[in-house]
Amino acid sequence: MSGDKRVKLSIGNLHKAFENRIRLGIMSALAVNDRLGFTSLKEFLDVTDGNLATHIKKLENEGFVEVEKSFIDNKPNTTYSMTEKGKKAFEEHLNVLEEIIKSQK
Amino acid sequence: MKDDRDYTQDIAEIRSMMERSSKFLSLSGWAGIMAGLYALAGAWVANSWYNFYPDEISYETSSLTEIVWLALLILVMALVTAIYFSWRKAADRGEKIWNAVSRQLLASMAIPLAAGGGIILILVSKGLVGLAAPLMLLFYGLALYNASKYTIAEVKYMGTVQMGLGLVGAWFVEYGLLFWALGFGVVHIIYGVYMYFRYER
Repeated sequence: MSGDKRVKLSIGNLHKAFENRIRLGIMSALAVNDRLGFTSLKEFLDVTDGNLATHIKKLENEGFVEVEKSFIDNKPNTTYSMTEKGKKAFEEHLNVLEEIIKSQK
Repeated sequence: MKDDRDYTQDIAEIRSMMERSSKFLSLSGWAGIMAGLYALAGAWVANSWYNFYPDEISYETSSLTEIVWLALLILVMALVTAIYFSWRKAADRGEKIWNAVSRQLLASMAIPLAAGGGIILILVSKGLVGLAAPLMLLFYGLALYNASKYTIAEVKYMGTVQMGLGLVGAWFVEYGLLFWALGFGVVHIIYGVYMYFRYER
């Protein structure tokens, strides 16, 4: 299962940003929703505010996630969306995962 | 990074998150079956106790108030049952019943239903009682069709069937209550049984 050279190589290609399951979850949710608010993401992932904020920041720093701050009825409203770069990276990640699984069979 | 990480688990979680964040899947077949039974019982009560059987668009009955209360009772019972079973199923699946998707699902149903409820009240208050049952089917069908993008695809077919029954019921007004019982009763039960066998067993 693990001795295969091809597998090792593929694992090296996985993006570090997606190692964490919460970040993977954020990207998955943003892949199927144009935009999501902080609260919505929190509900889907079932994580604390601080935890979510840290992971979003990481993805933002990678340039995978875009933040938009606006006001609705004078209340701050922050929404997140995936950047083109994020989409590409996520797709690539899925492809690599697929290859690893195929080679493990 | 661990070499022996289970990548199929990663894929499973990506898939689950994509689904959970775009579709509300904690609808229970039991809610459909129960709602169907309430509707059949309600139609029977309206027909045999209150002698309610509108055969013309313009129809008069001495027990209109009771019929309206009966309809509201069925609606409330069906809603409470649906919420209860969804809550149970969501708890089983580790999903929150009140999240961004369920809110969108409810809003996309509530808007056509509110519009339909408004026009039905106006027509009934003007004596056009015969149109109430077919219009309920029509607007309920629109609501389902509209909400289906936030849940399983089968809801779309049920919406289409309800709209069809509403239109046929409006043409054959004398069978309006029968079509109502068919749509809210029989179709709900068929849908509920299907859901149960397909997704819950």
